This record gives sequence, C-alpha cells and structure tokens, in this order.
Amino acid sequence: MSLIQEIDYGTPPSKSERQVTLTIDGTEISVPEGTSIMRAAMEMGTQIPKLCATDSLASFGSCRLCLVEIEGRAGTPASCTTPVAAGMVVHTQTERLARLRKGVMELYISDHPLDCLTCSANGDCELQDMAGAVGLREVRYGMEGSNHFAKDSDLRLPKDESNPYFTYDPSKCIVCNRCVRACEEVQGTFALTISGRGFESRVSPGMNEPFLQSECVSCGACVQACPTATLNEKSVIEIGTPEHSLVTTCAYCGVGCSFKAEMRGNTLVRMVPWKEGKANEGHSCVKGRFAYGYATHEDRITKPMIRASIEDPWREVSWSEAIDYAASEFKRIQAKYGRDAIGGITSSRCTNEETYLVQKLIRAGFGTNNVDTCARVCHSPTGYGLKMTFGTSAGTQDFASVDESDVIFVIGANPTDGHPVFGARMKKRLRQGARLIVADPRRIDLVRSPHIKADYHLPLRPGSNVAFINALAHVIVTEGLVNEAFVRERCDWAEFEAWARFIADDRHSPESVESITGVPAAEMRGAARLYATGGRAAIYYGLGVTEHSQGSTMVMGMANLAMATGNIGYRGVGVNPLRGQNNVQGSCDMGSFPHEFPGYRHVSDDSTRAVFEALWGRHLSAEPGLRIPNMLDEAVGGRFKGLYIQGEDIAQSDPDVQHVTAGLAAMECVVIQDIFMNETAKYAHVFLPGSSFLEKDGTFTNAERRINRVRKVMPPLAGYADWEVTMMLAEAFGYPMHYKHPGEIMDEIAATTPSFADVSYAKLDEMGSVQWPCNENAPLGTPIMHVGKFVRGKGQFMLTEFVETDERTSRKFPLILTTGRILAHYNVGAQTRRTPNTAWHPEDVLEIHPFDAESRGLTDGDLVAIESRVGMVTLHAKISDRMQPGVVYTTFHHPMSGANVITTDYSDWATNCPEYKVTAVQVRKTNRPSEWQERFVEHHEKSTRILESAVTEAAE
Amino acid sequence: MSSKNETLIRMANQIATFFRPYSREEAVKGIRSHIEAFWSPTMRRDLCILIAKDPDGLDAIVIEAVPCEIENHENA
Repeated sequence: MSLIQEIDYGTPPSKSERQVTLTIDGTEISVPEGTSIMRAAMEMGTQIPKLCATDSLASFGSCRLCLVEIEGRAGTPASCTTPVAAGMVVHTQTERLARLRKGVMELYISDHPLDCLTCSANGDCELQDMAGAVGLREVRYGMEGSNHFAKDSDLRLPKDESNPYFTYDPSKCIVCNRCVRACEEVQGTFALTISGRGFESRVSPGMNEPFLQSECVSCGACVQACPTATLNEKSVIEIGTPEHSLVTTCAYCGVGCSFKAEMRGNTLVRMVPWKEGKANEGHSCVKGRFAYGYATHEDRITKPMIRASIEDPWREVSWSEAIDYAASEFKRIQAKYGRDAIGGITSSRCTNEETYLVQKLIRAGFGTNNVDTCARVCHSPTGYGLKMTFGTSAGTQDFASVDESDVIFVIGANPTDGHPVFGARMKKRLRQGARLIVADPRRIDLVRSPHIKADYHLPLRPGSNVAFINALAHVIVTEGLVNEAFVRERCDWAEFEAWARFIADDRHSPESVESITGVPAAEMRGAARLYATGGRAAIYYGLGVTEHSQGSTMVMGMANLAMATGNIGYRGVGVNPLRGQNNVQGSCDMGSFPHEFPGYRHVSDDSTRAVFEALWGRHLSAEPGLRIPNMLDEAVGGRFKGLYIQGEDIAQSDPDVQHVTAGLAAMECVVIQDIFMNETAKYAHVFLPGSSFLEKDGTFTNAERRINRVRKVMPPLAGYADWEVTMMLAEAFGYPMHYKHPGEIMDEIAATTPSFADVSYAKLDEMGSVQWPCNENAPLGTPIMHVGKFVRGKGQFMLTEFVETDERTSRKFPLILTTGRILAHYNVGAQTRRTPNTAWHPEDVLEIHPFDAESRGLTDGDLVAIESRVGMVTLHAKISDRMQPGVVYTTFHHPMSGANVITTDYSDWATNCPEYKVTAVQVRKTNRPSEWQERFVEHHEKSTRILESAVTEAAE
Repeated sequence: MSSKNETLIRMANQIATFFRPYSREEAVKGIRSHIEAFWSPTMRRDLCILIAKDPDGLDAIVIEAVPCEIENHENA
C-alpha cells in the first residue's frame, strides 16, 4: 500500500466536444477545444513546471514558471493561460525556457526560508519540487536582501495558529494566490485576499484578522491548494507526512464526500478530499476534512459492559459475557411477553451492510418487524411523499445536476451549514447566474452572501409550508403556467385535472394565504412565476420541509409543483432532499422501516417475503412492526420490553425527551452499540462498543443515491467492527450468520434487492461509486431518475389540503421555536463536540429578533428560559435580525441544551416524523438553569461516577 | 406527553384529515390502506377497542374505514 498520488493537470478540463490536434515536444495529441497547453501536455505525461496553477482552479498566469515556446509565436507564453490551437507546435523544454525558469525560481527562493529539513512540508512541497525540476543550483541574489522570513525583517509577519486545524506562516508564502482563488472559486466564501502591494503583498484572512476571527469557514480548500508549508495541517506538523492512504467516505452529512485517509502506520495523519469522488470532486468542509479526532477520542468506550438495572453501576465484561447476556435477556423477554415485545433500531451512521444485518436479525432472528431507524425523525416524509407521487423514495438528481440549473429553489434547508460541500457547489452555480428562491423562516447565509443575492427570500411562518406550496401551485395553474405537454405525456391526466380544480380554488391563492404564511402575495406570485418560467428549475429541501405535522403533504406538494411545470426527468431539475446523516438514504434502502424490506417492498408482499424467507430460512411476518414513537408508547404502556439500538441516540435526538426516557426506563433490556456513552446508554443494560467509520469496511449511500465505499484504515479499537458484533449477537440468539467480509453482505443485498442487483465491491472498486438503481437495465447506475417515465408509471398528483398544526401559539406561549444546525457541528454533536470544532460553537444559543428581545427586556448574551407546553430549558440569547419577529431558533448540538425537552410529540400524519420545527414557547430572562438541566447534570455526574468506580473495580 | 389512546386518536384523525379533499369512497379506501400498511397489528387492535368502547374524538370516517370486526374477533 502506498500514498495515492493524484495527477494535477494544472488547469480544469474543458467541456468542449470538439477536438483539437497539436504537437507537443514532437508528439501529436488531440484534446478538447479550450484545453490549456499545460493540461494537454500533462495528459500525455509531460509535466510543465508550475506553481500558481492547479487543476481545481481557473488558470491565473502569475508564477511565470510554466512558460513554453510555440513555433511561429513571439515570446514565451504561459502554458496555463494559453489554450491549444489546431496545428500548434509547442516546445516545453528548451535552453531559453530552462534559463528563464531558473531565473524565476531564483527570485522565489531568494525570499523563502531555506529550512527544508525542518519544514513540515518537506517532501510534500511544490516549491521544493519545482526547484528540483528547473535544476536550481544557486541563488545569485543571495538570501540577505529584503525578505519576509528573517527574524529581524520588518516584513516578517507572525505565524497565525488561531485555526485549530491549520497554521498560516506568511514567511513561507510565495503569493501564488492559489489559496485566495480556492476560497473564491471552490468554496465561494471570499474570506481571503492579498493585502499590500508589490513586495509587501501577503495573504490576508478578512481584514488582516487571525483565521479564526475571520469569515473563514475552515473548509480546507486553501490548505489543499497551497503549494508550500504556508498553510499546513497541524496534524502534519505534529506527526509528519503520511506514507500510505486509502480512499474512503466521510461519516458526517448526506453529501458523502470521498477522502483519502492519509496514514502513517495506524495513525491517521489527515483526510484529504479525493478529486475523483463524484459527490465532492476534491472539495471538503471543516467536519470531514478536519473534525475526525473524535474517532480516537479518550471517551471512546472499548470494553463491553452490562448491568442488571439502570440504577446499578456498569460492569466491564468480556465480549462473550455481554453478548450472551443480551441474547439471553431478549430470549427471556420474548418467552415472557411475546415475540413482539422486543425490537431494534438501525443506524444511519453505520454502513449499508451493518444496517442490513440488524434488520435481518430483527425480522428473521427475533421474528418481528419491530425495526425502525432514525430516518423516522428526519426524512421519512420524503420516502412516503416521493413514493406516492413518483414511485420511489429518493431524490431525483445527482449533485452535478445543479451545475445546469437555471432556477434553484431552496426550501427549509440551509445547505451552506448543513451540507456545506454541496452548498459550495450550489453557490458556484449561483455566481454563474442561476436565479435563487429561498423559502425559510430565517435569513440563512445563502440569501445574501458574496456575489449571491436571492431573487426571492420568502420568510414563511413555521407550520405554513403546505399553504405556501399550494399558493405557488395555484399561481402556476391559474396563470396558465402548467407544462401541459409534459403532464399529458408523463402523468395521470384525470388525477391532474382533479388536482388542478382543487388547487385553483381561491382559498389556495397567495392573497388568501398571505395571513397564514406571512409572505406577501406578490412575492409568492413572483417566485411561482420564476420557478415555472425561469428555465431548468430544481427544488432542494431539508428538514424544514419534513419535520412538520404535514411533512409528507409538503413533500407531495413540491412533487406536484415539479410535475406541473415539467421539472423532472432530466439534468438541472428535480426534487432533491438534502439528507441529514451520512447513510440515511442507505439505512432506508436497506429495509430499516417496520413496513418495508430492503428496496422499499412492503412486508405484506408475498413474493418479496418468499425471496427473503428462502434465503434467510425463517418464516417472516407479513404485518408492519412498530415505529420508534410507537415502541416508546408501547414501552410506557408495558407491552414493549427490549430494544437493540445500533448507533443511535434517541434520548437526545428524539422529541419530547421525557417521554423517550420514560419509555426506555420501562424496558427490561436495552442494548446499546455505540462508540460513546451517549444519552440513551444511560438507560441501557448492555453496552457493546461500536467501531468508527475508520475501523471497518462497508458502503454508505448519500443523498444522490450514490453508493460509496468505506474502507478500513485502522483496526477496531474494541476489537470488532459493528457488523461482526451483530453477527455475534445473532449467533448467541440462535440465528447464526456466516459472513467473512462485508462484501459478502453486499452480494446478498444485490441478490435480494432489484435496485442493487448489479452492485458489488468489485464494481465499486472499478467505478469508484455507483448510483442506484444499478441493475441489468442500468449497469452503470442511474444519475437521474424518472427519465422518460416515472418509476411508478404515471406521475401521481396528490391533493394537499393545508391543515394548521395542533401546536398553536397562545398568550402563554406566543413565540414559535424552530431548530436547525450550524456548520461546525453535526446533529447531536457526539462527534464534533469531541473535536476542536467547539472553537466555533461552544454552546447552543437562542436566536431571537430584536423586537421580541426588546419587549422582553433582553440583551445579547442574557440567560433566558424557554418554556413550552411540555418542558423548559435555558440558553443564552443571541439577538439577531436573521429571525422574523415571533420566531426563535436554536441548534441541538449539545445535550445539556435539551432542545428536545421542549419539543412536543406532535408528528407527521403519515410517518410519525416529529414536528421539531414548530413548538410554541415563551422566552423570559432567568438567572439559573432549568430544573431539567439541573437534573441532567446530576444524572450525568452520577452515571459518570458509577462508570469510574466500575472501571476501578475491574482494574483491581 | 399524551396518553397512548390520545395519540392513537390523533394519529387516526390526522390521516382522515389528509384524505378529506378526496371523495368519501377514495378517503375510506385511503385511510384503510394507510393504516393497514403502516400500523402494527397491536396499534390496529387498540384502535378497534377504542372504536368499540370509546369512539369519542375519533373522526367518523376513521370508524367507517377501519375494518374492526375481524380485528375484534382476533382480539377476543
């Protein structure tokens, strides 16, 4: 195994289909028109020396190292900025060029410290490489002249170590502008610039601020682009350069970025985004690029533990004792209370193969369909809504599709924080001129950011989504903007007519619903017209759509809109959920819902059941099992007694925490498999140590249905990968499984699931990744769904009546609380809180509009109590005009914040997805934590103390 | 937190509310197939017990849509 070296072609590829033939160094080569000479040369294997060029950035032509000679042309043009031409004859190495390049390098080196041996980039430095490439043997100017590195130089600037993950050493900067351009072109944050003029020019974050204080989002694009040690990972400075690497997939959000895990032995040196990764194409965000330290954090639990009661101290035991205890408890409970008294929860953080095994154990081993997954609380309405309208439970496009969108419609999503790498891609398209509509109660960054301004920001009131989407559809129908040809060809015409009559009713008009949505009617009309007539229009949405009592209705409403305007079935359009967790798409695909087998086939379907019964060797129930909230209801009611939870923290992430913990506390055996002692584990009887994404093989499926390989780069800290632990539990339960490698599990998935029929590890190794459906009809996968025909045949328009949620504001609870995420943290924060990302966001705060703050006598930073009908927590207030009056907002990254102490148990009508986005609250100043928070601290300390004494006992 | 019966009634009524814009026939069919497809047998049995003993608060169309005779028989 060696370090994966990616070829840098110097400039981006040309998309032209016309070929141009030229001669480089006597060899004829054909390349697409618009290709640079530098790239053409590299494609035939000739590397022209370069410093300011890299193929993720547009050519710049500043370093003057890549000069070439072209027959018939005067001078020595830069090969990065000179496009190829037919018949051109190029020489990349002549005596004259060699002399010029040496001269250029002498100038560079005369202002660069000669500390290569102790430099962190030694062996990984393009300046060093180029000095070698041009044959630099002396610097005629010496090193004594004016420079930026000598300790007594007036021009020397201090090293900036403020960012937790990388350093900026201005003394090593060659002012190639790669970092500045990467920040602009790749990430689109425009945080960097060159300050000063002439010899004083230096890279400057913001207005000459330290990196951490600037608007830098720490995506790493600048570090990636830097050819020297000027911007360098602190991990490389500490450990040294890596010696081998493997391509794997990030375990944070649903974008599913591909990274090279660069290693030294079993130590992860750094994660470097992989250019060939189709989801990210060489880009990254602060989480995937840098925040992986949690995987080896001291809080990792590496020994199995058991206890008879949740009041008892934990006792460290052997793997076999823990597994045998869990299995015997599950058997005892089933014998006493019945087969359906136990169940399990699969994890959207684990691999497809692990998820598949857990649902297999529950369905075939336990003999019940009581299996659910955390998608229940995020995108289950997506699954239901898109299946009803289009016929399949997944987004319609690949990420690259947005590059061809003319109108981007973002609803209830905050891509620059929640899905940053896709957000950067979206921003790139917006800077190219695509129009933008944002529907969000809060003014998210995308509404106004450098070189981007939304055509419409529609700050709708939380809970009014369906009224809003119906108003847009009303405009499209009543103003004659329906794409009738598309609807007649692709959709059920009778259903369309019924829908059109329904939606044309005046009660759905923007003017009628203005008082409900809070959005001026003219704005809704304008946005509808832009969506329908602005060219290729794509909807991207998030949990602001799904986590409502009408989440499924809203998904169907958006699908109606796309069908009515013909924005489905080709590039640049579609209805696209931005999935939260790394493998939430996969966990749904793998049969994690209680009513569905892998591939979204209902458990009552006899032929599907027959396939699995034959392979799994057990009778399978034809009845849907319990969903998570139903399991907890049943537990409180005394009928549900045992739960196997793999990689999920329902006591923090699910709504109405006090109900969740009451349900967990009522069970007789809760088995937690996790990498940390999470909140749910405080109610568990068996703890099985989990493995991080770095410690196992498998696959994740991202939001664009892309199946990406996860590769083991280090041994599991606790000895076993999660799939192996599930197998041990299955064996102890009396349902042995015999997989030697996750690849064999994927083979079984392919054998049983038509949309995965052609997926194999061999294919994934060959192609890098593949988007399902991948079968004999689409052996190379399916980037765009519903081309020519919907999966269900004819697209189905659904009637989407607006129904006000039961959660209402009142005099006692006059504000609406809604929730979201921040860039630096991820969901419940179990990982990111254990990394230096806390530098950006040490605690959750309550954002409140200045008007609401003033009327309550609040000032910025005050401790405030937030009280809903079900509970109360306290947070510090942040006064922000991003909010609209009447709406407050918080994140849920810290367990102590207890955001879910105040959320209600209202949920989506079709899927029970909780209504996280609408909670009526009152906010007032306070000087002490809430009772729940005081209890939380007490309970947390108690469980920690118990844990420590148990460890001491074990050690003794 | 709501009691289990309150939760079941609310869930059933929410489903009925979604199907309200449809014809009665379509709504009955939609509600029935939704509950059959997504509710576990125990939840359906509990709903039938509610329908038999304490249907107050349940949307009338839910009572029409849910086939309780067989379920009640099973329960008995």
